Amino acid sequence: MRKTVSAAIPFVVVTLLVEGLVRAGWIQAFLVPPPSAVFQTILRDWPELSEAFAKTSAGAILGFLLSSLAGVAIAVFLSSSRRVQDAFYPYAVFFQTVPIIAIAPLLVIWFGYGLRTVVASAFIASIFPVIANTLDGILSTDPALRDLFRLYRASPAATLWKLRFPAALPQILTGLRIAGGLAVIGAIVGEFLGGQGLGSVIDIARTQQRTDKVFAAVLLASVLGLALFGLINIVSRLVLRSWHVSEQS
Amino acid sequence: MTEASIAADRSVALRLSGIRRAFTDLVVIDDLTLDVAAGEFLAILGPSGCGKSTLLRVIAGLISIDSGTLDAEPSGAKLQTAFVFQDANLLPWLTVLENAALPLELTGVGGAERLAIASRVLAEVGLSDAESRYPAQLSGGMRMRVSLARALVTEPRLLLLDEPFAALDEITRFRLEVRLRDLWIERGMTVIFVTHSITEAAFLANRAVVLTRRGCHIRLDRRLALPQVRDNQVRLSAPFADEMKLLLGAMEEED
Repeated sequence: MRKTVSAAIPFVVVTLLVEGLVRAGWIQAFLVPPPSAVFQTILRDWPELSEAFAKTSAGAILGFLLSSLAGVAIAVFLSSSRRVQDAFYPYAVFFQTVPIIAIAPLLVIWFGYGLRTVVASAFIASIFPVIANTLDGILSTDPALRDLFRLYRASPAATLWKLRFPAALPQILTGLRIAGGLAVIGAIVGEFLGGQGLGSVIDIARTQQRTDKVFAAVLLASVLGLALFGLINIVSRLVLRSWHVSEQS
Repeated sequence: MTEASIAADRSVALRLSGIRRAFTDLVVIDDLTLDVAAGEFLAILGPSGCGKSTLLRVIAGLISIDSGTLDAEPSGAKLQTAFVFQDANLLPWLTVLENAALPLELTGVGGAERLAIASRVLAEVGLSDAESRYPAQLSGGMRMRVSLARALVTEPRLLLLDEPFAALDEITRFRLEVRLRDLWIERGMTVIFVTHSITEAAFLANRAVVLTRRGCHIRLDRRLALPQVRDNQVRLSAPFADEMKLLLGAMEEED
């Protein structure tokens, strides 16, 4: 609760500051709308915005779940040998370097207009941190613990599932936290061209010079990102609280 | 069956002949020959960085050798070796009981059976009350006792210890040394204990080997003239001081 209050203070201060600056005429309202107008827009257009929010949520969460599962699986595969890493890791980096906005038109061609394109966009945007963090976690297992497993002739599968994977959990969860935010960004970008969620609302509002609606949609997208982040934090607390310093107060 | 024959039956003898191990240009072990009798408690002493930990890892099979031979008698017995590291190296996500049972889990011993064995060994090291705790909730001494229990659950014939008590306070170290020595007598296993502490080596071992700073050459190989059953009073005795003096003299010699 104290954390929530601490985080809310800057939001309230900045909101009041912007409201005051716009009302005083220091900032043009058509460039940055007063926060009160944004909140009024959210209330007025709630049926449309809530429907868009639900669609973006579905695309972002599905893309995030797919990138989480595939990212961990790919990292486990890459960790199997140095040669495998050298051969395939550059292709994983490709997902990090490719500008999602540039390939979004291709995704529309491949997957059509709708949820599948949005999910694909969220997936591409969010998979790399999962791969990179999981791989880093698996490869940085304490050498002494690896020696211990070697001493007892543990199989590679036992070493992976009983040692390397649990040891990598803190890094995996860090990767998932980053991926959650990126999945929302990916979903919004996918919707600019091929979907009907908040991205589509932002794109249409932009063409209509409705900055209040753009801000309203951006605010809701942020809420989605924060919700995903909070969900991963809860999972992290449940999984790590008994043993990892990051979750021990 | 006499106590001596039980001990010989449950322990392992080692013969290291002409062992050499180098890391790129640095020769850490250079033509080392060493016999360890079954049931012996051998302390390997040497200055930091002399290669004694490398030697222990070679014996455990964790590091390969460039040349020489390493024979064990009896050979091939599964899980005949256990290792206690300088740090406790517990898996932080497992409870004390699960950590102690880990070697049994890795070798396919069933859940109830391995937990019962681990529980029994934890009692031997005085940790029955801490079974459900996690390593982060333990003191350094308790963590090291879990590590010792984990090494003992497989009833090893050969127990290797790499400066396990180095980071502990003196009273805790004294207590654990007494307990380790008792466990050695009770179980009759062969123990090789690497340390840079002269007092620790003199108190624990029946035989002490002092290595040179470079190349792991044996400077002193001595059977210690101290009683078999030892308590803290032994540390204050004249024979103990005499052994310390000898070991210190060997440690202080220049290469």
